[in-house]
Amino acid sequence: MKVAETLKVAMPKGRIYKKASALFRSAGLPVPLDVDETRKLVISLPEAGMEFILAKPVDVPTYVEYGVADIGIVGKDVLMEENKDVYELLDLGIARCRMSVIGLPDWKPGIHQRVATKYPNVASQYFREQGQQVEVVKLNGSIELAPLIGLADRIVDMVETGQTLKENGLVEMNSIFEITSRLIANRVSYRMKNDEIQTLCDRLQAVILSERANL
Amino acid sequence: MSKPKGFEKPSGVRDYLPHAVTKLRRIEREVLACMDRWGYRQIMTPTMEYYDTVGVASSTSDQKLFKLLNKHGTTMVLRSDLTAPIARVMSSLLKDEPLPVRLSYHANVFRAIEEEAGREAEFFQTGVELVGDDTPEADAEVIALAIESLKAAGVEKFKIAMGHMGFLNGLLQEVLPERTEDQESLKQDLLNRDYVGYRNTIAGLNLTEEQQNRLEEVLKLRGGREVAGQALDISSNELARASIEHLCRVWEVLEAYDAAKHVLFDLTMLGDFSYYTGMTFEGYAAELGSPVASGGRYDKLLQQFGRAIPATGFALKTTRILDGVQGEEITEELPVLIRYTAAYRKAGLAKASELRAEGHTVITSLIPDTDGTNAQDKEEAAVSGSMLHRGYQDIITFQ
Repeated sequence: MKVAETLKVAMPKGRIYKKASALFRSAGLPVPLDVDETRKLVISLPEAGMEFILAKPVDVPTYVEYGVADIGIVGKDVLMEENKDVYELLDLGIARCRMSVIGLPDWKPGIHQRVATKYPNVASQYFREQGQQVEVVKLNGSIELAPLIGLADRIVDMVETGQTLKENGLVEMNSIFEITSRLIANRVSYRMKNDEIQTLCDRLQAVILSERANL
Repeated sequence: MSKPKGFEKPSGVRDYLPHAVTKLRRIEREVLACMDRWGYRQIMTPTMEYYDTVGVASSTSDQKLFKLLNKHGTTMVLRSDLTAPIARVMSSLLKDEPLPVRLSYHANVFRAIEEEAGREAEFFQTGVELVGDDTPEADAEVIALAIESLKAAGVEKFKIAMGHMGFLNGLLQEVLPERTEDQESLKQDLLNRDYVGYRNTIAGLNLTEEQQNRLEEVLKLRGGREVAGQALDISSNELARASIEHLCRVWEVLEAYDAAKHVLFDLTMLGDFSYYTGMTFEGYAAELGSPVASGGRYDKLLQQFGRAIPATGFALKTTRILDGVQGEEITEELPVLIRYTAAYRKAGLAKASELRAEGHTVITSLIPDTDGTNAQDKEEAAVSGSMLHRGYQDIITFQ
């Protein structure tokens, strides 16, 4: 019997971390629920057979693609935007929200349309598929501001509850795709650490299915 | 973009300093020698080819091909692999050659936009093609040779995943007859390595539970020899079964080579390349984030050059192996330094000549008359601050 190898896991800091760690714990893996307090970037978890690499969510696919992490947890929004060559193994069903086109209630198509977003690739691709040529403006935060001050007439952004939109007098016009967090794997690790990754997948999937059944 | 600065080179290309070249040449030499011992003789083809022939036939997607125009306005490509050029040679210069033909190569190849990690625009491939043999024996031979080549290159820990294009095609025809579009979108999901998308696509196809389960079962078809049995349980399609039987026979031959221990079945793997028609495989090395070898059977490619014969082969991604292989430190003999004053030039150079004839590396250097500082110190300073100098085994002074 060969010794199980340590899995290097790229974990997104912030919102998704808590939900993902809760899922790991339900699957019987002793991982810390919360890492907000720690300043460490790499956490060794020998009892879980893992090592957490705490990353900015948008960087998770990059770590996994280059193989410095074997697997990672990341939102579908980032995967769609970054388009990295990784295995997308499992829909974890957590951090559920959607990518949407948003605008002011009285929006009418103008001659030159401008769309502000944190997701320029997603936005460009969506509007091309819709047969619309738009100018995509990349912003890094407070996207909702753009239509209010006239920088763009529409935005493409993640919508969770819609509360922020309502407060700013914006409406969701179309939903582009549903977002949940995904388990991704490096192409080589998926083969070299096949047993470890498959075991983890099976355990997580069992938890996800039983939680879905309880809904 | 602003004008490039003097030190810059285009992204995706690299310089190889002497120590890297030494290592690369060693890998190249060892791997080609290994291929030679299996009867594969080395071929070289041009860096440039016509877009309409080799470019179109190559597995590389159009936007990734590096294109140029010649003076007549004809579109040219920098070769993106050696498989398509070799298919061209097999159908022209070697068209009357008795089959099977075994060829090896080591060459730089080019990509305009590489999506993979590293995004290399130019890299080295070392590989073989076995043309004119469609048996499982031939497929097993190239896999076994890929394993030996990886060992020869100094890769210690590696695995090979082996799949077959026919299995999935057969299964999809059976479960989704006539629904070509749905078949394509499922294949695209697997090609994108998007298992979540694959499950979602299945869920949206209005299938019976039994059909859904069979398609989802595909994702589990990875592992040892037992996978073949599981695969036969979910498809009775003729093509699918023939593909699995082919793989089983390849496996038997690999066992005879004592190579099966390195190999896994993986029926979720579709060759990235459109030209694969049968068995496909990829090689993975621990510590390297992307595959180091890929290969498979391409029985339709030579047809595009007017000669319908089967072929199988593989390429090692040598540049990547170079990055990952530590290998034993190459112990080369250090050079001898001969220093001489102008008066003793003839004696110094004669000595250099004599030592070179014996096979030593000799560097010669004139001691200037006016040099007041200690030449020895200067020499040592040059060695310690250098990326290239490794020191001398001996310093001989004629003065």
